[in-house]
Amino acid sequence: MTAKIRPSKGAPYARILGVGGYRPTRVVPNEEILKHIDSSDEWIRTRSGIATRHWAGPDETVAAMSVEAGGKAIADAGLTPEQIGAVIVSTVSHLKQTPAIATEIAHLLGTGKPAAFDISAGCAGFGYGLTLAKGMITDGTAEYVLVIGVERLSDLTDLEDRATAFLFGDGAGAVVVGPSKEPAIGPTVWGSEGDKSDTISQTLPWDVYRDQSAADVRYPALRQEGQAVFRWAVYEMAKVAQQALDEAGVAADELDAFIPHQANMRIIDSMIKTLKLPEHVTVARDVETTGNTSAASIPLAMERLLATGQAKSGDTALVIGFGAGLVYAATVVTLP
Amino acid sequence: MAATQEEILEGLAEIVNEIAGIPTEDVLLDKSFTDDLDVDSLSMVEVVVAAEERFDVKIPDDDVKNLKTVGDAVDYILKHQG
Repeated sequence: MTAKIRPSKGAPYARILGVGGYRPTRVVPNEEILKHIDSSDEWIRTRSGIATRHWAGPDETVAAMSVEAGGKAIADAGLTPEQIGAVIVSTVSHLKQTPAIATEIAHLLGTGKPAAFDISAGCAGFGYGLTLAKGMITDGTAEYVLVIGVERLSDLTDLEDRATAFLFGDGAGAVVVGPSKEPAIGPTVWGSEGDKSDTISQTLPWDVYRDQSAADVRYPALRQEGQAVFRWAVYEMAKVAQQALDEAGVAADELDAFIPHQANMRIIDSMIKTLKLPEHVTVARDVETTGNTSAASIPLAMERLLATGQAKSGDTALVIGFGAGLVYAATVVTLP
Repeated sequence: MAATQEEILEGLAEIVNEIAGIPTEDVLLDKSFTDDLDVDSLSMVEVVVAAEERFDVKIPDDDVKNLKTVGDAVDYILKHQG
């Protein structure tokens, strides 16, 4: 017989309740990058807007950075770790694939037995995680969800590649998502364009080390086709951002902040121009001192805007992540 | 109606001026975008996208790298404009 199944009962809406970030102690200026590539501080700044980035030390593991950021986000939300019902970790630079690092992070944070899993959605990972969290809360499968974006991209950086050596940074950003009486996370506009999967990718799969002597193989690193990615990010992603505003029913002049993935200052500047964002909108420019931290960049930038008073709790922000896949996710949120 | 070589050069000069701040009179057929006009690879993408809109032409990423001089771009647009 087909039994009647009791439906799960979720909250009417979801919101970001708290945010936390962790930046590794070691600050790496452009001068240090220039030891390995023929370039200049001016060239790097003009092409990327990046002046410094943080690179993790041996103890600043993917798990350790996540625990720092996650713990802060939980405290910022006014919760205790035991209240977390699910932990979603987005990363492309946790180099041990099994088990998911989310379970260890959940354990180290002192949560109970939450659902815990990793996702891989490159620089859109935060938006993907946020969207899953919102769905879980409104579905009722979790009350509070911890979403962490974390990367140690210095492990996947080719120090001798002059096109990318200066781009990447390490760090972790986290938010706690929970129930809300009012809508505070808009509809997500997301998607993938797998026909462009080669434009940003790891150079080699790990199994080259099984098939060949490690001495013969250059260690895998991230590579990208700069011009193709720039065009896609600026022009296609501006359309996605606009669509996220339209679907949320929020006009550009109602925005307080714009928090795009911190890939490159030139992308951010061109996106603002293409989107015709009003001047009063605060734009996150964390990339200057944090570099591109992929999945961690949006929550780190959000945390910094709030910590420095450039944005405040209750402000309306447009967030958009985009990157390797290619994948993208944009939505409008109320800041915690 | 398709644009003439002169019109394309004039339009490109305006685009380069707007994006890179180069005086329009400096944008001449024999000038190299990177070496003479200081248009870097990312600004070049902006120039290309603006040119696509203005001249109803598609310039795929693979072709962008062959456009070394202003003349290369003018010729490309002349051949491919809609």
